[in-house]
Amino acid sequence: MVTLFAVFLLTLLVLTAIAVVQTKNLFVAVMLMGIFSLLMATVFFILDAADVALTEAAVGAGISTMLFLATLALTGEHEKPSKKGPWISGLVVAITSLILIDATFEQPYLGDPMAPVQQHVAPWYLEMTPELMDFPNVVTAVLASFRGYDTLGEVFVVLTACIGVLFILSAGPGAPNPKSPRIPTAPSVGLRHHLIPRVVGKLLIPFIVLFGLYVQFHGEYSPGGGFQAGAIIAAGMILYALLEGEKQALKVLPQSVLIGMVVGGAMLYGMVGVVGMLMGGNFLDYSVLSSNPVSGQQIGILIIEIGVGLAVCGALLAIFHAFAARRSVG
Amino acid sequence: MTTVIDILSWVLLLAGSIFVFIGGIGTLRFPTFYTRLHAASLTDGIGTILILGGLVLQAGWTLAAFKLLAILVFLLLTGPTAAYALANAADMSGMKPEENEVSEVEK
Repeated sequence: MVTLFAVFLLTLLVLTAIAVVQTKNLFVAVMLMGIFSLLMATVFFILDAADVALTEAAVGAGISTMLFLATLALTGEHEKPSKKGPWISGLVVAITSLILIDATFEQPYLGDPMAPVQQHVAPWYLEMTPELMDFPNVVTAVLASFRGYDTLGEVFVVLTACIGVLFILSAGPGAPNPKSPRIPTAPSVGLRHHLIPRVVGKLLIPFIVLFGLYVQFHGEYSPGGGFQAGAIIAAGMILYALLEGEKQALKVLPQSVLIGMVVGGAMLYGMVGVVGMLMGGNFLDYSVLSSNPVSGQQIGILIIEIGVGLAVCGALLAIFHAFAARRSVG
Repeated sequence: MTTVIDILSWVLLLAGSIFVFIGGIGTLRFPTFYTRLHAASLTDGIGTILILGGLVLQAGWTLAAFKLLAILVFLLLTGPTAAYALANAADMSGMKPEENEVSEVEK
């Protein structure tokens, strides 16, 4: 039954991908990409990768659709006709697909216990997580502690990406594109004069933020963690900005605070590592943070997850506001 | 008792599926934007209530049932709001619903 469902979802994925490539309207393409991400999240979920599914749903289907739409508001929604024929790209795609299809014959079957990924370090992680950290979600243990260096790197990637996007968007506006259609609403006012979305939004935003905090602080026991929580809370704030207008949203969380969140989150993560070193352990070795190594691990993971959450939430909101500011200038 | 609940839950699930299916057909087949939106909102409204109601009966008195009810409340708040926002955006961008409108398909 699950296999049938998976095949159905994967077929839909392929169809959606083809539709994304085929359509000339970029607005439609963005919406289809959102559907693609949501299908992907479902596929991840039936593969028992709930953490990844949550990330894909929050970031892929939610926030990136939002950012794509913000981009389209600046650039216009029609694809420029390409002069080159599709032959070269078609050839590249055909060759790559053949290589990939050939490679799948070498792949172990799904859930094969003899697969290298099940034989290498995964059993050790599964065995040691209850002993070293004493909480059930192994994904959080791997992400935050065993592979803490990688996650630190990811947080700095978020920081770098945020700096890059803000750098580009804060450059002076170019000549306004006369062809790009403007949506006939004043962006700074938001949907303030629309009663129904406003009332429903005001009802939902506290619950969205609360759910984000739950995902943040319950990440050691259930799917979730800083990345997902940051995206969910950012989505709640973006909804607020859409309903009440940019000005009001920036009054609640000014751009300087958001940048402080990004930098502070990344720094908080790094500092946990440095404090560990000062207390006589290795960099990002949380066991020395407390007299009891298990609670030391738990404290360390809690703090770095807060750092991740702050960085992701701040980066997404800062980028969103940068797009919005650019639009009201141009 | 279990059989009764099971049958009731299956009736709800099937009825919900039928509504969602009809909503899907309507979204594809109806001629104009507003009629399509009307069909699509069928999925949000009665389809959601029936399917989640059926699933709650399957779950029984568990935490899962409570979660399903929470999802139901969330969807009942967001679905119609989204439909309203969509219709409103279409109205604001100058798409007026007209009687005897020439269908987009036939144009």
